Amino acid sequence: MTEKAGREYVLEVENLTITYDTDKGPLDTVRDISLKIAPSELYGLVGESGSGKSTLALAIARYLASNGRIKSGSVLLAGHDLSGYSKAEMRKIWGAKISMVHQDPIGATNPSITIGEQIAEMAREHLKMSKREAKEKALEMLRKVRMPDPESVAKRYAHQLSGGMLQRVLIAIALVTNPQLLIMDEPTTALDVTTEAVILDLISDLLKESNSAILYITHNLGVVARVCHRIGVMYAGEIMEEGDVRQVLKDKLHPYTRGLLGSIPRVDSSKYQGPLTAIPGYIPRPDELPKGCIFAPRCYMASKECSLERPALTEAKPGHLTACRFPEAAAAEPKAAEKHTVFEPAAMKDSTLVLDAQNIMKSFGAPRSFSSLKNRQRSYIRAVDDVTLRVYAGLTVGVVGESGCGKTTFARCVAGLEQADAGELTLDGEKISYSADKRPSAMLKKIQMVFQNPTASLNPHHTIGQSIGRPLARLKNLSGDNIRKEAQRLLRAVNLPEHYLDRLPHELSGGEKQRVALARALAAEPELVICDEPISALDVSVQASLINLMVELQQSQGLSYLFITHDLAAVRHISDWISVVYLGRVWEEGLTDDVFMPPYHPYTEALLSAIPIPDPDIRQEQIRLRDSVPSALNVPSGCRFHTRCPRMLGEICQRQEPDWQSDNGVHRIRCHIPLDELREMQKDALGLVKIQNRQTLKEAE
Amino acid sequence: MAVSILRRFAIILLTLFLASLIIFGAVRLLPNDVAQLVLGQFATEQAVENLREELGLNQPAHVQYLDWAGKFIRGDWGESMVFRTPVRPLMMGRLKNSLMLAGLSFVFYVPLGILFGVIAALKREKVVDRVISGTSMAFAGLPSFVTGLLLISFLAIGLNLFPANSSIDPDATFSEALPFLVLPAITVCLTNLGYIIRMVRSGTIGVLRSDYVRAADLKGLPAATVLFRHVLRNSLLPTITVVAMGIGWLLGGLIVTEQVFGYPGMGRIIVYSIQRGDLPMIQAGCMIIVTVCILSNMIADLLYGLLNPRIRVGKRG
Repeated sequence: MTEKAGREYVLEVENLTITYDTDKGPLDTVRDISLKIAPSELYGLVGESGSGKSTLALAIARYLASNGRIKSGSVLLAGHDLSGYSKAEMRKIWGAKISMVHQDPIGATNPSITIGEQIAEMAREHLKMSKREAKEKALEMLRKVRMPDPESVAKRYAHQLSGGMLQRVLIAIALVTNPQLLIMDEPTTALDVTTEAVILDLISDLLKESNSAILYITHNLGVVARVCHRIGVMYAGEIMEEGDVRQVLKDKLHPYTRGLLGSIPRVDSSKYQGPLTAIPGYIPRPDELPKGCIFAPRCYMASKECSLERPALTEAKPGHLTACRFPEAAAAEPKAAEKHTVFEPAAMKDSTLVLDAQNIMKSFGAPRSFSSLKNRQRSYIRAVDDVTLRVYAGLTVGVVGESGCGKTTFARCVAGLEQADAGELTLDGEKISYSADKRPSAMLKKIQMVFQNPTASLNPHHTIGQSIGRPLARLKNLSGDNIRKEAQRLLRAVNLPEHYLDRLPHELSGGEKQRVALARALAAEPELVICDEPISALDVSVQASLINLMVELQQSQGLSYLFITHDLAAVRHISDWISVVYLGRVWEEGLTDDVFMPPYHPYTEALLSAIPIPDPDIRQEQIRLRDSVPSALNVPSGCRFHTRCPRMLGEICQRQEPDWQSDNGVHRIRCHIPLDELREMQKDALGLVKIQNRQTLKEAE
Repeated sequence: MAVSILRRFAIILLTLFLASLIIFGAVRLLPNDVAQLVLGQFATEQAVENLREELGLNQPAHVQYLDWAGKFIRGDWGESMVFRTPVRPLMMGRLKNSLMLAGLSFVFYVPLGILFGVIAALKREKVVDRVISGTSMAFAGLPSFVTGLLLISFLAIGLNLFPANSSIDPDATFSEALPFLVLPAITVCLTNLGYIIRMVRSGTIGVLRSDYVRAADLKGLPAATVLFRHVLRNSLLPTITVVAMGIGWLLGGLIVTEQVFGYPGMGRIIVYSIQRGDLPMIQAGCMIIVTVCILSNMIADLLYGLLNPRIRVGKRG
């Protein structure tokens, strides 16, 4: 989108600097930012957490916290300078001319006002509608965001709707007045991949009908590639690169952009093709900015000049700006930076079986209701319903599915944190009991776990040394000095400095805490590490280095992982074997390459097509799942996926549970559609089927 | 909903039963021989023995308990050993007096508490908040006999605005009693305000910081609409529970205030009865306080459920 002279912009931000008054004095958290958004344009603002994206958005809306203020620069909305407006005057702008959609849809809806009323009050306030007209308007808006059954939704409360539905409601609210500027702050981050894809489609469609300008904030470059026109890449309060989506994602004139892109696992390569290019280090705090280029300390191509003087954002190509002083060098593919050993996958049949989980079942009693009192029968949530899975030494098994499909419960059953109701758990050929309490410590040692939330999984009052030391004392019977020595070794193994031993968790960043959690898991020298969404709470660049670390440790120590996640790209990268779980049951399983090649189970296919791929040239098939995972309280009859299946055959799917089918004896799919038909239908599901040679695949073809 | 009410009712009965056991037991554990206490030091052995017989004190404990509990349920609360009149009318008269005092305080301290709490929350960390929070907490911390004495010395003796002594005729009507109720009511208000202000303040600050209030602001709604529809509706919910639960506590807390002002309420007569070892009176008084506590708890739960859509309307409703 090249600039035309005299073009009207909805939003013009000129040299904006935002300051927060802190205990250490004023801090400029956002510095000298300029950006323009035209009508009907979707501007994506990308960066890691702490880069100042949300601060910028709030400053544009003039809604900074009381200790924040605009130090210099201006914000023009359709040519009017907003900076002189009082708070009362801003209330006439908010909602009417600037609308905002927030990250957490559950938190952003009022729990005690009906959904319809939350939309209607906007119409009454700004469109001066009567009560009845506003009610009608609310229904119209709900229809516009394609809410199923709008009349009933309008009467409901927030707690009765899923996160995805609530995000639609928030979008409906924001669009009531057809505002000039719509600010969306990570609107899909809190949602499942499948729901995210649906919401992104909705945003793109709605934009076609309106002439609003949209400022779209996200940390996810894949999302940007899917919906945005222009991108600004933000780092530590400044814009590093700006241009059209294609320019930025293809040409990459700044090493930071390249780093962000390289951090994202690709759906067409795995750990055997080499590690992810993580960005080393962390984003600097605004009071500790380096003197020269702010990205220089983390940059792979930084030279001496970079640390002397801060480069300005300059136009390197028409409409394409970069803050790197060597745009040509940045555009060039970096030569294979460090030598990584490409290693061959251990053949599964030669490897020894570590964990054998057979027909694991786990249900939870549902809260009693009046009807259950009459029936005298308790209803059960069947969280895990007959899952069989094997983990071999030195390999990774990925378990994927949306939230609510039972994958975490399964992991906890294996770890013994939940007691399975039925099934058999065998570790190293020895049967183990359901409960961790009853397992001898020799068994406990062999299975360790890493949890999703690194902050919650470390005791805030224990030093890192104490946290790591505990399993060393309890499971390895070390004492005194030996504990400390061993803990130091473990910290080194997870690339943390030894002096961290005496720190408390709150002194560490999220990524560092997760490394500590990993070190603690490794302390017992386990054979199997269960990782429950270990990276999903972390920034992309931090995710990448943690994944790399996990792969390294696997190679050097022969660890096995059971990797639970909803992130298909990550699971593609790290796993050797994948099980796709839906409503407590496995529907597809096989070697990773097989699972990522047609034929797919229709559920896998939908998950794959929902992955946001950061490449504007890749056209993914658009398969969208309706609603969210049904409650495990009332599991659908027949094939459990039939209520949402885009490829449903017909009545047989509702009536009869499909059997396993296999194309090569190893890769299995549980579906009524014959595999050849599936393969034919799904030829270009990902649009990028160029996965590298694997013998099994070729034979199957 | 129906199930939860039924279940709650069963729990109430059980609680009452346990409370009655404890009260009965505790009263029996009083150090003195009741009969001796009633008749005085110089009574003959025979007279004491006769009274024991008459009061059923020679029976085994469980027989005594069943006898007392059965009669209590049927409304026969026995006869006061000291006043030599039936306990029930006496106790009920004093309960009425206590409720007048509690009610008068209640209608002032609840709205005031909410008002000041909300103001403090809106002006949090500023001078207004510091003054409101500081003063109210100081009064909440002061024992009510100190507050009462301060009020007496300033408003009654110093300025001569209200009577210092509230020992009125126990059968006075509300309008007759009103002038005498002012100082005790102010005492009760000051003691209870701090607690409510604190609850309202912290609840409201929490809601003010919530994403949905930010969203309501950014919808461009007028500030008053945001405050009344979006903030208070949510922030006052927990306060309702606390206020309703406080009723029972309030009644128990009156004991000291009534004592200071000489007001003929239930608290005062219970203290008097304890000093005299008047068993039927103590038991009846304690049972009344326990019942009020339990009922106010139940009302709190029901109100909360009724006002909170997350409970009123189930997930699927």
